[in-house]
Amino acid sequence: MKKLLLGDQAIALGALNAGISGVYAYPGTPSTEITEFIQGSPITKERGIHSRWCTNEKTAMEAALGASYVGKRALVCMKHVGMNVCADPFVNSAMSGVNGGVVVLVADDPSMHSSQNEQDSRFYAKFAMVPSLEPSNQQEAYDMMGYAFELSEQQGLPVMVRVTTRMAHSRAVVEIADAPRAENELSFPKTPGNYVLLPANATRRNKEVIAQQVTLENMACESQYNALIFPEAGKRYEKGVVTCGIAYNYLMETFPDGVPFPVLKITQYPIPKKLIKELADACDQILVLEEGQPIVEELIGGVLGSDKVKGRLTGDVNRTGELTPDTVKAAFGLACEKVYEKSQVVLPRPPALCQGCSHRDVYTALNDVINEYPNAKVFSDIGCYTLGALPPFRTISSCIDMGASITMAKGAADSGLFPAIAVIGDSTFTHSGMTGLLDAINSKASITVVISDNLTTAMTGGQDSAGTGRIESICLGLGVEPEHLRVMLPIPKNHDELCNIIREEIEYKGVSVIVPRRECIQVMNRKLKQKRANKA
Amino acid sequence: MKTDIILAGVGGQGILSIATIIGEAVMNEGLYIKQAEVHGMSQRGGSVESSLRISSDPIYCDLIAEGTADVIISLEPMEALRYTPFLSKEGWIITSSNLFANVPNYPEAEALKAELANYPNVILIDVEGLAAENNMKKSGNMILLGAASKALGLDYALLENAIATVFASKGAEVVEMNKKALAIGVENAK
Ligand code: SF4
Repeated sequence: MKKLLLGDQAIALGALNAGISGVYAYPGTPSTEITEFIQGSPITKERGIHSRWCTNEKTAMEAALGASYVGKRALVCMKHVGMNVCADPFVNSAMSGVNGGVVVLVADDPSMHSSQNEQDSRFYAKFAMVPSLEPSNQQEAYDMMGYAFELSEQQGLPVMVRVTTRMAHSRAVVEIADAPRAENELSFPKTPGNYVLLPANATRRNKEVIAQQVTLENMACESQYNALIFPEAGKRYEKGVVTCGIAYNYLMETFPDGVPFPVLKITQYPIPKKLIKELADACDQILVLEEGQPIVEELIGGVLGSDKVKGRLTGDVNRTGELTPDTVKAAFGLACEKVYEKSQVVLPRPPALCQGCSHRDVYTALNDVINEYPNAKVFSDIGCYTLGALPPFRTISSCIDMGASITMAKGAADSGLFPAIAVIGDSTFTHSGMTGLLDAINSKASITVVISDNLTTAMTGGQDSAGTGRIESICLGLGVEPEHLRVMLPIPKNHDELCNIIREEIEYKGVSVIVPRRECIQVMNRKLKQKRANKA
Repeated sequence: MKTDIILAGVGGQGILSIATIIGEAVMNEGLYIKQAEVHGMSQRGGSVESSLRISSDPIYCDLIAEGTADVIISLEPMEALRYTPFLSKEGWIITSSNLFANVPNYPEAEALKAELANYPNVILIDVEGLAAENNMKKSGNMILLGAASKALGLDYALLENAIATVFASKGAEVVEMNKKALAIGVENAK
């Protein structure tokens, strides 16, 4: 059957057809659509596949490992910075190994279309000594999911599948298998001690996994997904090209009549050293095309030197940002075909908070109040409300990682800042803000935390938020004093009320939490539409 | 056959609905397609773009190179101009003439018109006006698609069938309305 699918959807279908029993994920661009697709699939309903959103990437990874322990296949999905959050269980799951297949799907975002950095998840796979796959197109993405689960179970290791924005968010026609494989039966690990990472077991496992690397590398050399192609055998070439993942497409686009150089297409890691050596022996120079950071170039160039190995590090390919057909053309010294320059009348049009969004009311009030305090600083977090850094608000001074608003405000207050204010969303709060709030309470930090609660995970499109309906009880449970937990309705009419609450709580020398609560407009509208459609 | 299209607009205008119809039409014709979009920011009002590539031969790259797009379809004139570095020499610009002025110092309508006049093949169409006049406020995107249909080089019937398939779940009335919108677009692109 042929279907027009987003890369993310192809991955989701691939996982469903590979017989997963659960997907564990926290929303994050560009990975969100994978879990959403699984949630909406009839296979999920029929089989009762777990697909509810997790509180964060760490809980997701650990739950998947639990599913694997009892023999089931589980998929974990996240964006690249989510890997930082789940790094602990991810790295240790290589030490314990897996029983049922575990595939960790990470969507990197080079060019930072919707992210704080350009980190390359392939480093994590190498670091944890697990195999990773990097499909070059949507069909491969689909096919590789089944392969990834097989590989994971065969090798007893989690497998990473790494994609980037242009794979995740691009559609193409994909040929799919008609029937999903059956789910695994319940089964227990053959060596249960592996899951108890006491030094005795961990030392043994460490040696085992290190020894396994030879096998993994041989598999990459033999893999059907890696290919070394010579235009003519036995000939010597001036240049050879290594492509990783979707970089292959840019190369093919540059040479529509056939690539005149030998090409090593890598989509399975660890790096197939034997194939690289073969390529290097036949070519004077190697150009590495990879999306993200120059990990492969660094590895090969470290041995052969930068005279021989070119890429992002040598400046032959753009050092930062995504590859594009134009940057790859330029890497071969070919001219860009641009005809028209960008017109002078065009102005930037950055995203802005939606009209009527409750965060607008929060920032308007905060601005009015902090104007009264010369030293006031507002630390913020990851969400739609990060746009509070831009005009017309310019309220916030920071946005670092999930949860950092509360802890940074605490650190600044510890060091004497007054007033120290944090602005965080409800979903980010439950993701990684709760522990920071506990720290603040334990050290009686004088901070004012605004949990701008829109009852959803808005920025990624309105997914469920883990703490909806329980934000107050969570805060009280952590030790916030009831009289300094202030819930209100942020609408323009209540502007003065919100200002007064902020003033009062700033003046309180301890932890106070203000919860302006109003549903995200986009989610509300979608629900209304749905209701109307249901009636009709 | 190979057509590279850039779809442009402002977040919330629904440029992807145009991509969906073209995608459906192309699938049924057995052509190859690649459509790249950047999504994830739910907030409205920022510029959004999607590249759509159609070909009778396999397509490798998800993105369009500078100077090679055959068509720019835009729901907003300043957004159409944003992507002209991608336009080929004889490429077409089909854009709604309706301004979405949500940034300070937004250019005058006349300045945008004058700028568009520098390109050889431009269709400027009053999508909102036509939609209001014909009582089809929600079908503006299909009017624009109609206006672009000739430049796309796709059979009109293919687009009509695609509309029928994509809107089928919303009932016959919606299908007819959107087909009519497509026809209005064709008519007014002349
Ligand atoms: S998507 Fe929701 S939370 Fe985000 S800016 Fe729009 S209304 Fe606000």
